[in-house]
Amino acid sequence: MYDKTDFSQEHINYIKSHKSFKRAVSFTRIIIFITIFFVWEIAANLQWIDPFIMSQPSRMLKTVITLSKDGSLFLHTGVTLYETIVGFVLGTVLGTIIAIILWWSNFLAKVLDPYLVVLNALPKTALGPVILVWIGGTTKSIIVMALLVSIIVTIISVYSGFSNCDEDKIKLLKTFGANKRQILKLVVLPSNIPAIISALKINVGLSLVGVIVGEFLVSKEGLGFLIIYGGQVFKMDMVMMSVIILAIAAALLYLSVLWIEKKVTKMM
Amino acid sequence: MEKIVEMQNVSMNYHSLGGETQAIKSLSFDILDGEFVSIVGPSGCGKSTLLSLISGILKPSKGRILIKNEEVKGPSKNIGYMLQKDHLFEWRTIIKNVIIGLEIQGTLNKETYKSAEKLLKEYGLYEFKNYYPKQLSGGMRQRAALIRTLTANPDLLLLDEPFSALDYQTRLAISEEIWLIIKKEKKTAILVTHDISEAISMSDRVIVLTKRPAEIKSVYDIVLTCENKTPITCREAPEFRYYFNSIWKELDVHV
Repeated sequence: MYDKTDFSQEHINYIKSHKSFKRAVSFTRIIIFITIFFVWEIAANLQWIDPFIMSQPSRMLKTVITLSKDGSLFLHTGVTLYETIVGFVLGTVLGTIIAIILWWSNFLAKVLDPYLVVLNALPKTALGPVILVWIGGTTKSIIVMALLVSIIVTIISVYSGFSNCDEDKIKLLKTFGANKRQILKLVVLPSNIPAIISALKINVGLSLVGVIVGEFLVSKEGLGFLIIYGGQVFKMDMVMMSVIILAIAAALLYLSVLWIEKKVTKMM
Repeated sequence: MEKIVEMQNVSMNYHSLGGETQAIKSLSFDILDGEFVSIVGPSGCGKSTLLSLISGILKPSKGRILIKNEEVKGPSKNIGYMLQKDHLFEWRTIIKNVIIGLEIQGTLNKETYKSAEKLLKEYGLYEFKNYYPKQLSGGMRQRAALIRTLTANPDLLLLDEPFSALDYQTRLAISEEIWLIIKKEKKTAILVTHDISEAISMSDRVIVLTKRPAEIKSVYDIVLTCENKTPITCREAPEFRYYFNSIWKELDVHV
C-alpha cells in the first residue's frame, strides 16, 4: 500500500470529502430506521394509532421473546428459509438444465417458445390450489410452488444468455473442430455464469413469494403460516413481527447470493 | 514449390427467406507453401466468407477446395484461424487459453503442453502464463491468440483482419511481430484485410477482389527492394507507393 505522506493535500481533501459523504449516507439511513420505529412506538403509546390493529415495536419484541422461549420462532423461520433455499436452488439448476436442452435443439426451442411466453405471463400463484390438490398439504407442495414461480423466468433469461453467446468465440472453437458438447462446455456455459448468477438473484425473491403463498395455502409451519394464522386470530403483533423477520431473512439470502457472485466473478 | 491451397471454381451463395445472395463467384487461385498472401477487396465483398470456406466451417455451393491435395470436408488440424479480436477467454489463464485447441482435438498431453510452454517462452509470454487475459495489454493478447493458433501446429494460417481491433501504433508493432513469428515458424498464411499498406508490407502476393459477388480483379506479386525485409522496413521501399496507388485505384472506392 501507499504511504500516506505520498499524497498531496488536494488528494487528501478528496479522500476526506468522499469519506464524509459515505458517512453522511450511512448516518441518515440509521436515523430514518430509528425514527420510524421510535415514532411508531410513541404513536401507539399515545393512542394516536390503535396498537391492536397497527401493532407496536415493543409488542413485537415481546412476541419475539415469547416465541423464542418455546423455540417455535426458530422452527418457523428455519422452515421458511429451508423451503426458499431448496426452491431457488432447484429453480436455478433445473431452469439452467432446461435452457441447455433448448440451446441444444433449436427445433424444441422454437416449438416451446409460445408455451414459455404464456407460462411466464401467468401468475404462477394461481396454480396454488391445483398443486395443493395434486401433491397434498406438505412441504413438498410448498417447494413445488417456489420452484414454479422461479423456473420459467430462469429458463427464459438463461436461454437468452446462451443464444446471445458471442458467435465469433463459437467460430473460433469450430475452427479447432469443436463439437456441440465442447462448445457448450468451453464457451457457452462459462461465459454465461454471470447470467446464471443474476437468475439466482432474481430467484431468491421469486422463490420467497412462492414459499409464502404456499404456506398461506397449506402449511402448519413457516413464517407464511404465522402471518396467516396471526391475521385470522387478530394477533397483529405476530403478523408484523413475522413480516419484519421475513424482510431480514430475505435480505440475508440476497446478500449471500451477492457474496457468491463476488467469489465467482473473482475466480473468472 | 508445393501447392498448399487450391481453389477450384469455388462459388458460395447465402440463402435467406428474402432471397439468395451470391457472395463468391467461381473463384480459382493457388497458394504455395511458405507464401504470405493478402486478400483485399471492398468491404462486404465476401473476404471473410472465403476464409470460412478454406477453414471448412462453411461448405462451398459449387467447386472444390483442396488443402495439400485433399478436399476440405470440415475443420482440419492443418489450419489455424485468427479472428479480428483475440477472443481469449476471460475465465481462463493464458496457458489454459493457449492449449484450448489441443483440448478440443484431444491431443493434450505432456509433450504438447511442453511445446505450448516453449512457444510462450519464445515469444515472451511465459512469465504471464498464469495471468488472466484482462491483465495483459492488447498487443500481448494478440500474441497469445497467435500462439493459441500455433499450438495446434497448423501448416496454414488464416488471418481474418487480425489487427483491426488495435490502435494504429500497436497495429504496426504487432503486425511486424506476428509477421516475424509466422516467418520463423515457416507457416503459410492468408491475410484478409482492408488496410492496403498492411497487405503490401506483409505479403508476397496481394489478391484484389471485386465487390460482391467476389471475383479476382487482379493479382500483384509484391517485389520490394529493401534490406532485412520486414513489414516496417518494406514501407520505406521505393516501389511501395506504386503498389499502394494501383491497388487503391483497383478498389475503386466511392463514398
